[in-house]
Amino acid sequence: MPHTINLVYLARLREAFGTGGEEIALPAEIGTVNALTRWLAARGGPWAAELAPGRALRIAVNHDLASGETPVATGDEIAFFPPVTGG
Amino acid sequence: MPIRIQTEDFDAGSEITALRAGDARVGAVAMFIGTVRDLNDAHAVATLTLEHYPGMTEKALAAIVDEARGRWAIYDALVIHRIGALKPMDQIVMVAVTSAHRGEAFTACEFIMDYLKTRAPFWKKEATPDGPRWVEARITDDLAVSRWKGLDTPASEPK
Repeated sequence: MPHTINLVYLARLREAFGTGGEEIALPAEIGTVNALTRWLAARGGPWAAELAPGRALRIAVNHDLASGETPVATGDEIAFFPPVTGG
Repeated sequence: MPIRIQTEDFDAGSEITALRAGDARVGAVAMFIGTVRDLNDAHAVATLTLEHYPGMTEKALAAIVDEARGRWAIYDALVIHRIGALKPMDQIVMVAVTSAHRGEAFTACEFIMDYLKTRAPFWKKEATPDGPRWVEARITDDLAVSRWKGLDTPASEPK
């Protein structure tokens, strides 16, 4: 069964992807942040460029900074953004 | 523990008056204010636009202040961060901490700023003569935060 999650893109990533976010139905086998990132990068174009391994990228799951191993579940809000530069 | 994200400017004096109002235990107030420079990484800055991630920002700042409260004997803390379009010399951020003695107030204020710079989801975009550019994160900010790791016994003021 696919699971539905909300994706949020911020700052440079929002501009590169041309959208601030989307709701997607994720294949059931995509269960971690790492798997999700690779799945999105497979879209190619700006997705492949911005989500390539080695790019400075931060990911939050439900408003908490996540690691690659953080699980992804139905209803989660998952945000992709560059390293923060406030203050 | 007031935490505010706002487009409007702020007045540090009245904020501090409000923060320590009615609390006679307070013997020290430390404050930091960050402002917009007109030159960043050799780029002239005409305007600076700040965006954030609503929902996560408040949660991250509250966690940072809670962490400071756990480490040092502070009474209260205030964080104000502006968003939207700012110009050189505008105020961006204010952190203020109250405590009985200056050591805790100074240290907790610096700790909160260091963590804010690396954990709170804000991003700066500069308008320069060469066009817009997203400000890059600085390695020195990561170094600043790393020195707080493993600090089990916080520095405290000699009594």
